[in-house]
Amino acid sequence: MFTIIYRIIKYGFQQFSRNSLLSAATVAVMVMALIVLLGINIFSFLTDNTLAVLKDKIDISVYFKTNAPEDEVLRVKRSLEGLPEVKQVEYISRDQALELFKANHKNDEDITQAIIELGENPLSASLNIKAFNPGQFATISTYLSNNSLAPIVEKISFYENKTVIDLLAKVIDTVQKAGTILAALLTLIAGLVVFNTIRLAIYSSREEIGIMRLVGASNLFVRGPYIVAGILYGIVAGLLSVLLTLPAVIFISPYVKIFIPEVNLQAHFFSNIHILILTQIGFGMILGVVSSYWAMRRYLKV
Amino acid sequence: MIAFQNVSKIYNGNVDGNGHSSALMEVTFQIQPKEFVSLVGRSGAGKSTILNLLTGELKPSKGRVIFGAYEVNKLSYQELPHLRRHIGVIFQDFRLLPNRNSYENIAFALEACGYNQADIDELVPQALEMVGLKDKAYNFPHELSGGEKQRVAIARAMIHRPEVIMADEPTGNLDPFNKWEIIKLLGKINELGTTVILATHDKEIVNNLGRRVITLDSGRIVLDEEKGKFVLV
Repeated sequence: MFTIIYRIIKYGFQQFSRNSLLSAATVAVMVMALIVLLGINIFSFLTDNTLAVLKDKIDISVYFKTNAPEDEVLRVKRSLEGLPEVKQVEYISRDQALELFKANHKNDEDITQAIIELGENPLSASLNIKAFNPGQFATISTYLSNNSLAPIVEKISFYENKTVIDLLAKVIDTVQKAGTILAALLTLIAGLVVFNTIRLAIYSSREEIGIMRLVGASNLFVRGPYIVAGILYGIVAGLLSVLLTLPAVIFISPYVKIFIPEVNLQAHFFSNIHILILTQIGFGMILGVVSSYWAMRRYLKV
Repeated sequence: MIAFQNVSKIYNGNVDGNGHSSALMEVTFQIQPKEFVSLVGRSGAGKSTILNLLTGELKPSKGRVIFGAYEVNKLSYQELPHLRRHIGVIFQDFRLLPNRNSYENIAFALEACGYNQADIDELVPQALEMVGLKDKAYNFPHELSGGEKQRVAIARAMIHRPEVIMADEPTGNLDPFNKWEIIKLLGKINELGTTVILATHDKEIVNNLGRRVITLDSGRIVLDEEKGKFVLV
């Protein structure tokens, strides 16, 4: 058995190297398909991160009446933190709100003077609430509109931003769904293109396959080298796809940073390069093996 | 022993008006070990069909094809390689593996049979020497002449010492000099104890051999003579 495996591998390498033009053409098509897949991967990374950044920027604020006791406000904070939809609650006391206000208007003499003349702090304490999902703000808002809180709550910003939040939640949802469908479609097309290329390569070897069968070679012995060649196509194409995508990533990374400063595409690419290479090679190998195996079936019936 | 028992092969076509064309009709014959048999007849008489039925490339529409312990018509695709390791095949168009040199083409038959490397290294040079191609061991098929290609094909067919060599018009693409070289080689192989079945429509070869001749016409055996001559039916 070891001898058979050795011979299959040897002939697989021969199949790859001696049909250099055919191998180059097959690898080229596979590289293109794998670049499409890598593109989907990068696109998915960018949209996921952009959406995460946007999601993180959405919050609702609940403003309390100026006479609301602080321990009451903190009790509301604690109860909010107990909700499964709530990711984070930030408490801004009346004093902190005043400090922030002053800091924001330190160059505005009139406002600074007005605050001093007022003699007391006119600002309310507030809670900034972030949800795991923008679609959950409505639930949180309903919770806050509860009658028992009405005596201390002044206003909830959700109702002012509701249209924007709803729209954004809808956009995020649509982008994610469309992205998944597009990725599945492109993956299918890329897979079919590779399958067809390998099918043509094996079609050109159909006579050779017939000769091998007539000489007494078993299906394993005939098919094996083509499967090995399929694996080699996958390895070479997987590596090339990452190498060829590298300059493109370096080129577009600064532009991505301008739009979304939180996202560093180049750093992500380099820190995950070993996984990307393994994924690309793995996918290429699966495509090569499955296509070769499938495409040979009819020619073995001799 | 090889035996064809009432074998018919009918293709779907439009020859007899019923949508069928018969390549073989109720053919029955036997070939004993170590015989040299020529199958003769016009093109389309059924010579190649007989050879293809024997290798299992074709299945008979009716009847039984026996090769030793095998009932060929009942073998599955997975079982056929075992049968074929007892047969050496030679074709008019050589059918060498284009991306392998002479040595590798011959060695392939042994590798397919599971021979170990030491045996291969010993047997292939012997076979190359026997067919006079020792100096062309590392030439690829496109670097060989027609006669040389056919000699590589003969070496490949006989290397694993099969019980039967089947040659389908092996001289069809060769000049007269190479033609007789090939026939001489087949004679030599037969003398060493291998059954040879030669399908040909070359009158000169058949008459010179003076061996058993089975003559076919329109899929039927019309003559079967121990020391036959080429007869146009």
